Amino acid sequence: MKILITPRMERCIGCHSCSLACARLVHKSLSWDTAGIRIRSAGGLSTGFEARTCLACDPAPCVRVCPTGAYSQRKNGGVIARKKLCIRCGDCVKACPVDAIYLDASGEPYVCIHCGKCVPYCPHDCLEHAEISRGGFAAEKKGEETGEAQS
Amino acid sequence: MIRDYFRVLLVNLSTGQRTISDIDGRNTVAGGSGLAAMLFGKYGLPGKPWDDPGQPLIFAIGPLTGYFPLMSKTVCAFKSPYHDQYAESHGGGRSALSLRFADFDALVIIGRVKSPSALIIGSRRIDLEDVHYLWGTDLQVAGRILRRMFPGSGHRTILRIGPAGERQSPMACISVDTYRHFGRLGGGAVMGSKNLKAIMIHGDGSFPIPEGDEYVKLFEKVHTEMTDTDMMSKYHNLGTPGNVAIMNAIKALPLRNLQATTDQATEGITGERFADVALLRNAACSGCPVGCIHIGFVRERFQKENRYIYRQISYDHELIFAVGSMIGVMDCFEVLKLIDVAEKMGLDVMSAGVSLAWATEAFSKGIITEKETLVPLAFGNGTSYQTALHHLAIGTNEFYQVLSRGTMKAAERYGGGDFACVLGQEMAGYATGETFFVSQALGLRHSHLDSAGYSYDQKPKGKTIENAVKFLVQDEQGRVLLTSMVACLFARSVYTDELLANCLKSVGYGTLAENMTQVSKEIQRLRWRMRVGTGFRPELVSIPKRFTEITTWKGQIDSVFLNGLKDQYASAILALAAPEMNKLTESG
Repeated sequence: MKILITPRMERCIGCHSCSLACARLVHKSLSWDTAGIRIRSAGGLSTGFEARTCLACDPAPCVRVCPTGAYSQRKNGGVIARKKLCIRCGDCVKACPVDAIYLDASGEPYVCIHCGKCVPYCPHDCLEHAEISRGGFAAEKKGEETGEAQS
Repeated sequence: MIRDYFRVLLVNLSTGQRTISDIDGRNTVAGGSGLAAMLFGKYGLPGKPWDDPGQPLIFAIGPLTGYFPLMSKTVCAFKSPYHDQYAESHGGGRSALSLRFADFDALVIIGRVKSPSALIIGSRRIDLEDVHYLWGTDLQVAGRILRRMFPGSGHRTILRIGPAGERQSPMACISVDTYRHFGRLGGGAVMGSKNLKAIMIHGDGSFPIPEGDEYVKLFEKVHTEMTDTDMMSKYHNLGTPGNVAIMNAIKALPLRNLQATTDQATEGITGERFADVALLRNAACSGCPVGCIHIGFVRERFQKENRYIYRQISYDHELIFAVGSMIGVMDCFEVLKLIDVAEKMGLDVMSAGVSLAWATEAFSKGIITEKETLVPLAFGNGTSYQTALHHLAIGTNEFYQVLSRGTMKAAERYGGGDFACVLGQEMAGYATGETFFVSQALGLRHSHLDSAGYSYDQKPKGKTIENAVKFLVQDEQGRVLLTSMVACLFARSVYTDELLANCLKSVGYGTLAENMTQVSKEIQRLRWRMRVGTGFRPELVSIPKRFTEITTWKGQIDSVFLNGLKDQYASAILALAAPEMNKLTESG
């Protein structure tokens, strides 16, 4: 299964096209925040940008702490999110070591589901939706369903 | 948020009161330029001076802000310290989407706070915080501290002023997120007059997108047009600095206070030269995949033992013209150093550069001496200009205080009005001919972007005054529609009327889409009513002699055409500013 990676963030121009695409296409919203990938300036605009997004942990700490199974382990890293099971406890946000999950004002969490829909909107090819092998955390199998958000 | 009214935040700095109002008018003034003019009509004090505490400082976005690519600009409106009349200045960065996600169509600031303060706004926060310790800091220092103090990295805008704004210089800009500006006509002074060092807007809200797939499909189409075709390549590749070589080749680049229009030495400051040796990277306004912001670098040795500092500075055609060709500085790194000084001090680089070009010629003619200028000004002497920019920002002596009120103000005091390159305000970097000179001199913003006069100048011969006036009025109307959406004008070739109408319909503004032509006419008139109502007399505008002395690729300037066009365009503007009469005429 492919995951979203951000291998060329040095090229980022801060246009937010990726975040806006995720919000629009995955979460049906207009937002910078309610998106699986969020762009921050790294210490002011003069030092470039960084992406806050899921690094596809396997096992994922957010899955381990989720009390309802709203987050379950996605094969080869990341999570499958089932919104209807979420009780908005926010434990996933606390568990994430890289601040990849955004909690909106109502307590609803937003995380990258590695669908890759944001990738074509990046004008500088910063992002990639790719099969990644990371030592013991290999992602080899193909053709399996992505962790689509379910409401 | 899609709504058929405007959600407007009014902040009174004197009382601390914050009011959120639902204001009608979506289907008549759309947003952006139209909304700003309407709000100035509601809150502005036409008979009182620009720095009266009651005067509003307005920031407005449009119905399509954030919903489509390059709908990424904010309109700032105020009574200008430059001419004490209604003014608009446009800026990008993250300002527009921050306002969108904070869920305000407009922010109106009135009053004056006692101690220098920062206004902090978000979808769930409106605070005024004392930041007296930042008063006097340059824009770089202020930016660093403000970023540390307030949350929202990447999802906020920080509007701030430098020492020029604090001193209420009519040449003071409002800096937007380091690399963009509400640059012209003194918005920075208005913030300074309100004791407002910074405005931080955190875009932390979110809204559902329109139901159905029409909007998403149309977004895809617009995004593809913006990025996959060559429409935007001009702005993506060299950016606007590509104009330097083009203007130079057609003898239309203002050089050395417009004493010439072409020079081989401009090879050192072309967009190509910048790209080859000084371009570090690009950046974008939020919501714009084009990324026209070009950032160059300079490095400076500060110790003998090979110790350097480096700085990143954004550059555009207008800046290269103003502190490059116009003052004879023909080295791209020297230009970047000058931009850097002006930026840190919070000066409008364009006005500052052009005013120093005038001062240099006045100095060479003996009209002013080093007693006034404090440094020996000479075309090409970048080091002197760095010092002079500093003096201009802080108003070191009476001369710089007068000059910072505008080149023509200095000319009135010291002489040299014939060679003051002023077209309503300091000129933009196009010496294309009569139509451009008239369009900037009389344009509402005194900007080269008010209407495409520079483009009309380049059309084949056979022009008539009547056709030129018609062109300027119609072109302005089209641009006013775009700046009410609020689109970046670089996208004007993509956003045709038909596409704009489809965009509006797709998000639920069907009524506005059906009436775009009438709405843009009304906005055009409303803006001119604000301008004329605050004292603008277009019939009294004069164009300095220098503009008639130049030679372009077309030859000598045609003074008869120039003056005829000026008079007739002035009449057209007065007609636009008298809507009741127009309505009577139309109905009759």
